[in-house]
Amino acid sequence: MEKRNLKAWLYLLPAILFLGIFMIYPLIDVLIYSFEEGYNSTSETYFGIGFYNYSYVLNDPYFLQAIKNTLILVGITVPISTVIAIAISVCLSSIKKLRNLFQTVYFLPYVTNTLAVGLVFMLLFKPTDYSPGFVNLLLGVFGMTPVDFIEGPYWAKMFVLCFYTVWVVLPFKILVLTGALASVKEDYYNAARLDGTSSFRIFRKITLPMISPTVFYLIITGFIGAFKAYNDAVALFGTELNVAEMNTIVGYIYDRLYGEGGGYPSFASAAAIILFVIVLTITCINLLISKKHVHY
Amino acid sequence: MDQQMNFEKIEKKTTARRRVKNVVLYSVLGFWALLVLFPFYWMLLTAFKSYGEYNGESIPKLFVSNPTLENFVNAFTEVPLADYFLNTLIFTLATTALMLVVVIPAAFAFARLEFKGKNLVFTVFLSLMMIPNELVIITNFTTITNLDMRNTFMGLILPSVMSVFYIYLLKENFSQVPEELYLAAKVDGTSDFKYMWKVMLPICKPTVVTITILKVIECWNSYIWPRLITDEEAYYLVSNGIQELRESGFGRENIPSMMAAVVAISVPLVVLFLIFRKKIMAGVARGGTKG
Repeated sequence: MEKRNLKAWLYLLPAILFLGIFMIYPLIDVLIYSFEEGYNSTSETYFGIGFYNYSYVLNDPYFLQAIKNTLILVGITVPISTVIAIAISVCLSSIKKLRNLFQTVYFLPYVTNTLAVGLVFMLLFKPTDYSPGFVNLLLGVFGMTPVDFIEGPYWAKMFVLCFYTVWVVLPFKILVLTGALASVKEDYYNAARLDGTSSFRIFRKITLPMISPTVFYLIITGFIGAFKAYNDAVALFGTELNVAEMNTIVGYIYDRLYGEGGGYPSFASAAAIILFVIVLTITCINLLISKKHVHY
Repeated sequence: MDQQMNFEKIEKKTTARRRVKNVVLYSVLGFWALLVLFPFYWMLLTAFKSYGEYNGESIPKLFVSNPTLENFVNAFTEVPLADYFLNTLIFTLATTALMLVVVIPAAFAFARLEFKGKNLVFTVFLSLMMIPNELVIITNFTTITNLDMRNTFMGLILPSVMSVFYIYLLKENFSQVPEELYLAAKVDGTSDFKYMWKVMLPICKPTVVTITILKVIECWNSYIWPRLITDEEAYYLVSNGIQELRESGFGRENIPSMMAAVVAISVPLVVLFLIFRKKIMAGVARGGTKG
């Protein structure tokens, strides 16, 4: 038995080493960092222990801007992407021809480099000296005045960020939802149709309850994902997100760690822990709500 | 006769209704497909336009009159795009290979070996799945800096290796292999390692392929960690290269060349996706998260 024990641990050793060094130790360390006041990364010294880092971060206008941006992004993209994903997956499961083709096309954004495709979005939305840009031309057809979506007013920039985020997250949601819809038994639909139930009622009373666990799963992962938004913003507005007023919480963490405003791992740690607490709280609330509303 | 008429009427009505429904369905789906594909089309379109053509169009044309490969030449000669590619390839292959070396034995231990504290360790592993990367990246940054591994492949690779989720995915698959096979192998005197290598892996090949591809996608697109840990151009990955191009390279002025670089970066993954379409989609449905 002793020998078998030893052997099992040997199989686990690489995994435990990697996890220990790059996950468990950092987890403890980040907590310690966040309470060390006035930490200096070059001399590795600090003055004392306390909540100073938290109060600094919570009073930092950049952080408040980042929180505001992130909350708006989450509040807009999570509901919109979920609703669009449900609509598209329901459409997808009601057709037979071309279904595979559509599914493949819809999944494409998932496998592309967020930063690379973000550049394309930037070009489409950005007016230049030569041209008002594709989207502005399109809007012009409907009689709207051109807006600089990349370096212009706050809400124009927020709109592009939300638009791109929805574009990026939909492939995953559509994929998971079509899977869930395919697993709803045909019998339920047939029974309802036999009773002459309208399609809308079928959707509300059968489809939605049957896929509700998946929808809640997507809402939870959607919340978590949107709270960690960063790459999309960098792709659209560049790395100077504070200047663009488009920074996110994760962006703030990295800026504090490294780069222009960097060299403050304590502030970064405090911000990271605040982010973690927010995400954890929202996940718990979601789980509580889903217990009430999810039907199996 | 009257009844016959009635029947025909109803039938006509339902086919008409079905037709309308189909038109609506396909328009919605087609519209979304257009919205998804358009950026890709735009990217290709611009990459094949010449510098003069692109800048001469105040209303951009949706076709190319004189397609040119000049932009691709620019992308590979004026910036070290080929180096970025090579770096990304090395990073992706090494990280994925190491991931497999770490994940496979761990999954095997959880699925087949008996040892004290197995449940406890497995629970700890599972709970680590919930830890966001942002939380541990700060210390990892300090660790790698202190180890003097900034701007090295080791520094890039080591913290990116672990994915607890893949251990879980593979363990589930390993557990489905009938226990009798294992016992039979034991009776024959096959060692655990040989059993894992010769029996388990071939049976669970689809899952291994899936996690490999998912990891490759993850590595190819990774941006944050490489950005933190490399500031020498010689170690840039494609994501960082693209960002660099945008901010200081020819990006600001020469948009067509920048788009050529974007096309070059996107092609490998799109090709990989088209080859392994079913596997990738099944794998992501089971546990990818992005969004």
